[in-house]
Formats: sequence, C-alpha cells, structure tokens
Amino acid sequence: MDWKHRHVLDLKDWKREDILFLLDQAKNMDELIDRPIKKVPALRGKLVVNLFFEASTRTRVSFELAEKLLSADVVNWSASGSSVSKGETLRDTAWTLEAMGADAVVVRHGASGSAHYLARKLRRAVVFNGGDGAYSHPTQALLDAYTAWKHFSNLEGRKMAILGDVLHSRVARSDIQVFKTLGCEVVLSGPETLMPFDVDSLGVRYEPDPVKAVKNADIVYLLRIQRERQEEGLFPSLDEYHLRFGADEKLVSMASKSALVMHPGPINRRVEIDSSVADGAQSRILQQVRSGVAVRMALLYLCLGGVMA
Amino acid sequence: MTLREKAKLMSETDMERAIRRMAHEIVEMNKGLEKVVLVGIQRRGVFLAQRIRDVLRQFEQIKVPTGELDITLYRDDLTLLHDHPVVHSTSMPLDITGKHVVLVDDVIYTGRTIRAALDALMDLGRPDIVQLAVLVDRGHRELPIAPNFVGKNVPTSREEVVEVRVKEIDGINEVVICERQEG
Repeated sequence: MDWKHRHVLDLKDWKREDILFLLDQAKNMDELIDRPIKKVPALRGKLVVNLFFEASTRTRVSFELAEKLLSADVVNWSASGSSVSKGETLRDTAWTLEAMGADAVVVRHGASGSAHYLARKLRRAVVFNGGDGAYSHPTQALLDAYTAWKHFSNLEGRKMAILGDVLHSRVARSDIQVFKTLGCEVVLSGPETLMPFDVDSLGVRYEPDPVKAVKNADIVYLLRIQRERQEEGLFPSLDEYHLRFGADEKLVSMASKSALVMHPGPINRRVEIDSSVADGAQSRILQQVRSGVAVRMALLYLCLGGVMA
Repeated sequence: MTLREKAKLMSETDMERAIRRMAHEIVEMNKGLEKVVLVGIQRRGVFLAQRIRDVLRQFEQIKVPTGELDITLYRDDLTLLHDHPVVHSTSMPLDITGKHVVLVDDVIYTGRTIRAALDALMDLGRPDIVQLAVLVDRGHRELPIAPNFVGKNVPTSREEVVEVRVKEIDGINEVVICERQEG
C-alpha cells in the first residue's frame, strides 16, 4: 500500500480508497484491544507530544491510549500552566518540542488552521489534528465512519441525519466530508441560526423539520449543544431546543429500524439527547469511544511506523 | 527494481509431498496431535498451515485447531521496508497456553520474522512448546533460530528472492527463485 498522507490535518484530499484502507487497518487494531496483553512494540522509541490548547478529555485520552498501546513515548503538554501562558507563540512551542526530539505532535487548538500552520513550521515531526477551531476534526470523523462501517459494512447509499449546531462544529464539517466520500446522503437539521451559510456548497441538504430530516435515516448523528451559544442568543433556551430538536424515542423511531444513534460526546442529557436514546439499544456512543482508540492507532502507525521515519 | 524468474524450485506436486511429510513429522515429534495448534504467519503461512491441517485430518482423523498470526506490529525492520506495511488480522481458535504451537511460514531467511512471531505469540499466551515449520529454508540467518520441520533446503545468495506462491493469493501453487534486476 502506498500511503500518501504525511500528516493528518483535514480530510480534504482523502479519497474513498484511503478511507476504506484506514477503516480496514483500524479493524485489525480494534482486535488488539481485546487481547490480554494489549500493547505491541510497533512505535517503540517514537516520541509523541500531545499539545492541547483547548480543554479535551476524550480526544486526548484516546490519543494517549492509542500511543501507549503502540509503545510510543508520550508527553502531554497543556496550555495552562505552561510556557504558553507566559506568552510563547505556537511556532516557538512547536520548535521547542521538535528540539526535544518529538516525532509526532497531536494538536488541539481553538484557531482554525492551527494544525496546518504547525505542519508548515515543523521540519520533521508529523502532525495529527486533534481538532482546530470550527475547521476540522479528522480523527473524530474517521472514528464515526469506522463505527458506522463496522455495523453496516458498506455505507454506499445510506442516509445520515446530522442534528444540532452545525455552524460551530468541526465535527460536522469533517463528518460530512467522510460520509459523503463513502457514498452517504447527508441531511442537516437544527435551528437555522446554527446552520452554516454555505450548506449547498457542502453538498448536503438542510431540512428545518427534524422529523423529516430523520425519516428513514440509517445514522442519526447528534451534535453537542454548547451552552454558550444560547447566551449568544442563537436559540431561545436549552429547554426550547430540547423540545424541538432533542432526540427522544419518538424522533428516533422515525429513522430506519436498524438506525444507529451517534454523538461525539460529551453528551448533554435532556438537551440534544434523551437518556432513553443515549442508553438505548440503537446508541453507538460508547462504541464510538472504543473506535476512537483503534482508528487513532491505525493513523499513528500509518504515519509513524513505516517509511516516513 | 524488478524481479526476473530464474528457476522453479518446487512444483505443486513437490509442495504437496513436502507438506505431507512435514505433517507426519509433526505428529511424530509431538507424539500425537492432542496438544498441537497450528499457527500460520500472515499471509502465505496461513494457507500452508491450512494445508497441513487438511493432511492431518486425512491421516489422523483429527481436526487440529488452526490460527493466524500477523507480526507487522512486532517487526524491528520497519524503516527498511520498501512498501508501507499493512496490518493483517490475528485470530486464535483457542487459548494457546499449555499447547504445542507449530508456527508455519513460507520461507525462513534472516529469522527476524520468526523472532517477531515469537514475541507476538508470547503476548497471546504461554504455550508449552513452540515449534517451527517452513516450506523453504534459504539460509542467511541473522538470529539463532532454526526450524523443526523443513520442506526444502535451498542454498541462495542474498541477491536472490525465493517466492512461495499459493493458489489462494497467487492463483498457482509453486516455489520459484528470482533475481533482482536494476531498472
């Protein structure tokens, strides 16, 4: 296999065959997680730095676990309490990390484009985007695709409904790219104030009525509603949102019988999702967490394990 | 770099005979098949292990448990490989602890694949005994590893490549020796 992606910054240039190859590799990593001894020596001697400028628990822990299962050496560098709070620029931080011998940097940053910037500034290290601004969250989208692909085995012609705050969501942007590349039809729903202006250019449809959006969907994807958005006046109240767009059993029953319910987490119960749905038989939220480790292992191995070093 | 085929080392019939003999040797050395588990190394070893299993079923009327082992994540020569390594699946039909594991691979050369396979195996359990069956031993060992069952010993030079072809992957059963050519 000829693996062309040096960094994982966004999924713009990812072709269908790249995604399918990655999903297949993730499946083999997934099976490692069930073994009594989960650790393999594949990345022994490689130094990976997790550079997190924004709060994140599951992405950071998931990356860290993936790195450790592949026997990489792991350093966590968080913005608070580090040189960043003393005014160091992203570029200087990056060069510092490289001077320490980092082979890879996982970066989470509030500014869109920061992963690309870092990849340009680093001479040697490989960059994994752990989410940048509202731009991209490639590993989340790939783990979502993996979760759905494992269930359906082929996503061609499947319908996906994404509900919630698409406007501010890097997850939605990346998921749209991946699921469309894999042949899904994607429909968005949620308050119009939380929709991007360029819905058409994303190649998806906006449906204001969540019931219509979810009808016959194979995947119901719920986005986290951030409380700050309500304070910005983008929707009246959390209760109002819950009443109209919150996923309850009735809404999910509109989807296809075998439909999966997914959410990138952390979930807000009784806002975008009811407990009966979050904990229901169709929920794949915990499988997504597990998929995250397997997908990140596959990405780390592909970008660090082979000829690139 | 291309490969030029120099000579055929084994025909389909030669392969069958060698596998049959190795199967008998496995029964003999283990005094039966009670504790034996065959483990094929991805990818061609998997199919050779299945063939040994089929022969054993024919002669001993026992279906020996057969697993597959991928050693990609245990290799120590990643940066030297030309193609990007692809991870294949590992699956064991049962717990290998206390068993006689017979590792099966197509060719033994430097011994590094087997070193990696031993590491991979030990992470899955603690077999009583591990033995090694290979269809071709081409020499040039870099580690103190020797096979217990050998289909054919073939003296080679380092410039040569021994290719074991199996129907399931290559569409034909044969062993050939090739020479590297520039350009």
